[in-house]
Amino acid sequence: MSGPQMVMYDEEFQQISAVCERLSREANAKIVFLVDKNGQLIASVGATENLDTTSLASLTAGNIAATGGLAKLIGEKEFSILFHEGEKDNLHISIIGGRVILVVIFDSRSSLGLVRLRVKKASDELNKIFDGLMKKVQVPGAGSPFAEITDDDIDNLFSE
Amino acid sequence: MSFINYSSREINCKIVYYGPGLCGKTTNLQFIYANTNQQAKGKMISLATETERTLFFDFLPLSLGEIRGFKTRFHLYTVPGQVFYDASRKLILKGVDGVVFVADSQIERTEANIESVENLRTNLQEQGYDLDKIPYVIQYNKRDLPNAAPLEELQNLLNPKGVPYYEAVAPKGEGVYETLKAIAKLILTELRKGT
Repeated sequence: MSGPQMVMYDEEFQQISAVCERLSREANAKIVFLVDKNGQLIASVGATENLDTTSLASLTAGNIAATGGLAKLIGEKEFSILFHEGEKDNLHISIIGGRVILVVIFDSRSSLGLVRLRVKKASDELNKIFDGLMKKVQVPGAGSPFAEITDDDIDNLFSE
Repeated sequence: MSFINYSSREINCKIVYYGPGLCGKTTNLQFIYANTNQQAKGKMISLATETERTLFFDFLPLSLGEIRGFKTRFHLYTVPGQVFYDASRKLILKGVDGVVFVADSQIERTEANIESVENLRTNLQEQGYDLDKIPYVIQYNKRDLPNAAPLEELQNLLNPKGVPYYEAVAPKGEGVYETLKAIAKLILTELRKGT
């Protein structure tokens, strides 16, 4: 397998959610969410009830992957910030520490400048949390909860 | 690379359907989408051209139930099959946990199948994966067509390592769930081993 397994614990999840919530408040954003580069949603805060966050996560990762491909073609490592402007809502997408993607959705109650400023601060904090998380995961003995599962457990999943 | 979330007690895995153009990758996902109950599936997304050829990927999130208190979620992706979309195919393989190779059984597509399997191996290598080591199954699709090649011949050409294989007629759903179950089981078995 390439790269370490992505794992999220309750402690870090609370820290991450707190940072996202503060960012959402300070940047006057509608929604803030975090996605890993493979398209899995890590956390989301704000008005997400009527939003298909799973699809958003997957498409965001696809978007980052595609622009990353473009970057390499012109000799850049990656484009670390993407901005999509809509009629009402805008998307600010940034890569944190080269591994997770932070997405901020905002409207005219905020501004690109404010979002950029707040994202920068939140990115540093998130980066620290993910650094800690990665170290925790690499400790031997931080085994998978699936080490104990049996063939029957797996079969049961498919018995309808 | 699966994602284990202890906080929401979820495990997320990524399955990629690979294969030559028009072999039926999207059809596999469409059948699963149409025949899975509402609670178990999310929205299916297709980034396709006006002529319904996959441009970037199709995406379908599925949840299969719980194992030891963890919700198992599978994210199904297809790649664009046409040769010139190789750059996009590479991107979709990032973080893959298991691959389904959908082969087009028609005798005229033999070359395209071989080329696509080789392309899969190369693209996986670029991402640091070895096709012989990751969960991998083959689906021989379009078995109902009169010009389908004999199974034995396809096996010789495409499956030298003898990975699990399934015969399918994707629009009718034959073999579609069998293939999905097989790859999901292999991924979960791999998880048990740990990384």
